[in-house]
Amino acid sequence: MEQTGQKTTRRQLLSTIGVLGGTALLYNMMTTLGYAAETQFAGPPNLSGAKKGASVIVLGAGLAGMLAAYELTKAGYKVQIIEYQGRAGGRNWSLYGGDTYTELGGATQKVGFAPGNYLNPGPWRIPHHHRTLLHYCKQFGVALEPFIQFNHNAYVHNTDAFGGKPQRFKALAADFEGNVAELLGKALDQKSLDAEVTAEDRDRLKEALREWGMLDKDMRYAKNLRSAEHRGFDRPPGGGVNGAPTPSDVFALHDVLDSGIWRNMAFFMNSEFQTTMFQPVGGMGMIGKAFAAQVQPLITYNAKVTKIDQDKKGVKVTYADTGTGTVTEAKADWCVCTIPLTVLSQIESNLSDDLQAAIAAVPYSNSVKIGLEMKRRFWEEDASIYGGHSFTNQEISLISYPNNNFFKDGPAVLLGAFASGMGGYHLAGMTPEQRIEAALAQGSVFHPESYRKEFLSGASVAWNRVPWILGCCARWTEETRKAHYQTLVAMDNRVVLAGEHASYVGCWMEGALLSSIDAITRLHKRALEA
Amino acid sequence: MTHRMMFRMILGAASFALAAPALADEPGPGGSKPPVPVTGEQVYQMVCQACHMADGKGGVGAGKVPALASNPKLKVAAYPIIMVSKGRGAMPWFYDTLSPAQTAAVITYVRTHFGNAYPEPVTAADVSKLAGPPPAAGH
Repeated sequence: MEQTGQKTTRRQLLSTIGVLGGTALLYNMMTTLGYAAETQFAGPPNLSGAKKGASVIVLGAGLAGMLAAYELTKAGYKVQIIEYQGRAGGRNWSLYGGDTYTELGGATQKVGFAPGNYLNPGPWRIPHHHRTLLHYCKQFGVALEPFIQFNHNAYVHNTDAFGGKPQRFKALAADFEGNVAELLGKALDQKSLDAEVTAEDRDRLKEALREWGMLDKDMRYAKNLRSAEHRGFDRPPGGGVNGAPTPSDVFALHDVLDSGIWRNMAFFMNSEFQTTMFQPVGGMGMIGKAFAAQVQPLITYNAKVTKIDQDKKGVKVTYADTGTGTVTEAKADWCVCTIPLTVLSQIESNLSDDLQAAIAAVPYSNSVKIGLEMKRRFWEEDASIYGGHSFTNQEISLISYPNNNFFKDGPAVLLGAFASGMGGYHLAGMTPEQRIEAALAQGSVFHPESYRKEFLSGASVAWNRVPWILGCCARWTEETRKAHYQTLVAMDNRVVLAGEHASYVGCWMEGALLSSIDAITRLHKRALEA
Repeated sequence: MTHRMMFRMILGAASFALAAPALADEPGPGGSKPPVPVTGEQVYQMVCQACHMADGKGGVGAGKVPALASNPKLKVAAYPIIMVSKGRGAMPWFYDTLSPAQTAAVITYVRTHFGNAYPEPVTAADVSKLAGPPPAAGH
């Protein structure tokens, strides 16, 4: 970091404020200075001066656990991480060709993807305002590339619209906006809104509707080169003799409403789904690997926690080696527990009754992801779709196109399903082979000529059947937040919980990291006071 | 008629509550029209066997999904009704996604299959009486 300049930079000022006043003050100052309105991240925790010999045991080598171990080690603690799997990263995970995955119930899949191709079963995209994650990706050397979140040229399919024929997002969105603009223009002309809008604003609004909705000079949304500019041409502009473009037919309002397109339009406006989004080069699992590289010597793998026992002096964790069955007791002064609540609720402990009630009150959502490797990029070559998602109201919910290696020859993996809710349960209950068949059958609506013809192999992960979590993400309600959230995040004597479940950024890596920073900051404070 | 055909024929209008603001990483507006199961067997195959498995035997990993097969806890119908409706621990609630009739059908099905023999049917009225109001959505 540059510290030599004479002028105090804004960063140095913020750093000083952080040291003097703690993160809450820093956050307030950052907001005042025009930073950080989108995140509670106020920089990495500035922990130091741990008592000599003080120790922490971290349960779980996901992002929350590994960040806790990394920062607490820096602060001077002796740290040990206990991990159930033979792999670090938790839900941050990519499956590559040659990998083997066995789900609950025993079904085993051997992934057959070509080198470099992957499926991200869990997280797969990073919002630009998830600054904690972006900070550590940069610090730990994780290369990021754009994730094509919003693609106007991808499809929207609804079994109840257009006879089940998918339409381009841009055509449906243009027609929705054009029809709404025309109708609102009529309402203004009929003086229906005179009580709401001044005469001056009425004129300005009419002009806005004309420009926004691509209406003609008579305030009509119709087939012409203006509407085609948004929704697409019949014959696009070209060169020479036939260079002049021809417009496309617009859809009837009734059909546009059948498509439900406004839901897709609104989805892209949600803060977590606005562009720019990112993904790691080489698969989401690169983040877990980069975190693990920082704390590798601290991790004990293949260790199933069977008991958590704390008293006034320290924490004792009993675990069994999942291969040999050998039972070990690990002791430390403090414990950061990141075990998912689905599993933690089944582990014997003497945590307080209130905390145990909180742990048992939060079930997990479900989700199924299916990767399909295709012989060639027909969506690029035949349909001009480069990344992004095509949505359907069928169970698979969407297919999503790879965001890397554009224009390359050879096999590519597309996401053939991201199912949740009832559709997610249905797909999860299938065998891996049945899931692939369902994904091919449903996804074929978008690319009927190519989908089955170009298919090579597939892999699926149903989070209900992931042996180390039995679900996807913590599912809070207003009532459980009110009744249990503060208990869940509070230190329970010498144990503190961390993870996405202990945050309001649930189901995002950012939530896991923010929760971890908050938990270890409080743990450190308590340890210094003890 | 296959189950698949039946599901297709009984497609109901999917209840599409006003979507809460997206906060989790979720698929978005897709997947809104899954097939709607009617019989107990259909509900079991479309929902329960995701975790409890096709043979009702559950599974063990870092945690455990309990077996429904040969499970004496199913003897008193109130227990599965409250578990399915309200959830507990890793078991999610289904009061907001399964109707009382669907819940009753699947509990009756499980209580008379997988080595269980509790023939008295559970009714939608039994479910409504015990389940209480659904939890409010949150984030």
